[in-house]
Amino acid sequence: MKALDDVSIYIDEGEIFGLLGPNGAGKTTLIKILTTLLLPTGGTASVGGFDIVKEPHKVRKIISLVSGGETPGYGILSASENLWFFSQLYGLPSSTAKTEIKRLIADLEFEEYAKTRMSKLSTGYKQRLNLARGLLNNPKIFFLDEPTLGLDVLTSRKLRSYIVDWAKKERKGTVLLTTHYMAEADEMCDRVAIIDRGKILACDSPLRLKEKLKENVIMKAEVSSVQADFGFLDHMKGIVGVSQTRSIQTNTTSLKVMVREERTFNDILSKLEKQNLKILSVNRAEPTLEDVYISLVGRGFEEENTN
Amino acid sequence: MTSREYLIHNMRAAYARLWVRIKGGNREPQWLLAELIIPIITLSAYVFLYKMVNAPPEYAGFVIIGGTMMAFWSNVLWNMSAQFYWEKETGTLEAYLVAPISRMAILLGMALGGFVNTTLRAAAVFVAGILVFQVPMAVYEPFTALVIFLLTIGALYALGMMFASLFLLYGREAWHTANLLQEPIQFLSGTYYPTTSQVIPFMVQLLSSLIPLTFGLDGIRRVAILGQGINQVWPNIIALTIFTLILLPLAKKALDFMENLGKKEGRLTLRWQ
Repeated sequence: MKALDDVSIYIDEGEIFGLLGPNGAGKTTLIKILTTLLLPTGGTASVGGFDIVKEPHKVRKIISLVSGGETPGYGILSASENLWFFSQLYGLPSSTAKTEIKRLIADLEFEEYAKTRMSKLSTGYKQRLNLARGLLNNPKIFFLDEPTLGLDVLTSRKLRSYIVDWAKKERKGTVLLTTHYMAEADEMCDRVAIIDRGKILACDSPLRLKEKLKENVIMKAEVSSVQADFGFLDHMKGIVGVSQTRSIQTNTTSLKVMVREERTFNDILSKLEKQNLKILSVNRAEPTLEDVYISLVGRGFEEENTN
Repeated sequence: MTSREYLIHNMRAAYARLWVRIKGGNREPQWLLAELIIPIITLSAYVFLYKMVNAPPEYAGFVIIGGTMMAFWSNVLWNMSAQFYWEKETGTLEAYLVAPISRMAILLGMALGGFVNTTLRAAAVFVAGILVFQVPMAVYEPFTALVIFLLTIGALYALGMMFASLFLLYGREAWHTANLLQEPIQFLSGTYYPTTSQVIPFMVQLLSSLIPLTFGLDGIRRVAILGQGINQVWPNIIALTIFTLILLPLAKKALDFMENLGKKEGRLTLRWQ
């Protein structure tokens, strides 16, 4: 199986570009190739005008990479000591580095932990430190691989808005972001490429991607059993895609169906009633990026990860 | 970027890595204590053994020098070669590989930092050993002793840099190999006895001549304990120089090769392999 298959993308300067796909879709492979950590078996790629295979050193000078869930340095050193160390890898004079570190620590709001050992920081503060590390060299192109992975809602929001401000308000650089959080891609990105099993399935602005779904109807239903059987949907006509989320805690299943006509959904509801399932709620939903993915692949992220 | 700027940039990176090693290595005093006490206990056992069999008094000196130099070998093997393995597991290796620096600058920083840390510990072990066991020293040419010591260190750390490339790619397997190298090197290089003794079989002597530590230990023992000088130890100096000159470029080539192979096979930043 190919990790990446015939991928072709162009990202404009100053753009926040998202790669959206489930785990194993090929997002990290692509980011590793573009950051010179992996050699492609075929094709070409250039970053900031430099060929990633022939001019890796020039590429490294203008980029930075921050991965979610990574340790941002040495546990035995404090946050500011770690930042100083990484600043030296980019050749920053020590005095410039110290000023920059102070500014980043203040901007990302972790002054009170600046002298705390990295090993004692919480996941959220570690990721703030990681982000500060990535911005030390003022990269022209900033690669973010799942930057909010495992973070709480508030920290995620804080980091997302910081990145957007950095790229848009301060106009400091281009961002290539990988995520499997739909809302993150929707909120942050100018354009999104939806990737699955190594292939780019669609690439456009979140708004335009969602607009393409306007001809379909998206319906959501919640039923009162975690064991609800939706096998009959495979044989029904008029269904564009299906996504389901089962919750053991509440013993419910949320079903999201994209159909060409609303009456198909009525047929689905009557089949569910025949299974003696209690239908807790039914509503029509506005298209999201997840629906774009469902319309392209026929299933949701959850199913892919389960499989 | 001019070559001068490139050099300064890499020197900054090497210094930063050195700083991390020194800062990290001395921040927790319990490490320091273990690193001082364990070698003294080990070399005490050998000194008592030699005393029991009425060996010449200089044998105690051989053991103390061997134990002191072994601290450097352990540092090279576990804190230098294996470091890339730890960097990979903890996630910092990725940051190194994406930074616009020479990997050799990082290794140089690790080597220098490890050398400074180990020298402080080794010097304490050496002084304690000499004082406790009252070993007679006969250093007539301190400069020659220093040259041999520095050349030995150069060759050892160059060997460490070469092993680092193995750890970069093979991680767990390299770990086992390093385990396998610990005792044999200790045995072959004559850490606690002179390999030039006639009781050592020829094959062992031949194998031991492939290890830079053997020439270093023999040279330092001759100059510091037996009172010999440059006239007797020049072959050691030449052998150690050759080792360093071969091992350093070989380390660079091995590192480039392994990094490239890792990038092709996608194993460079792959963990728990």
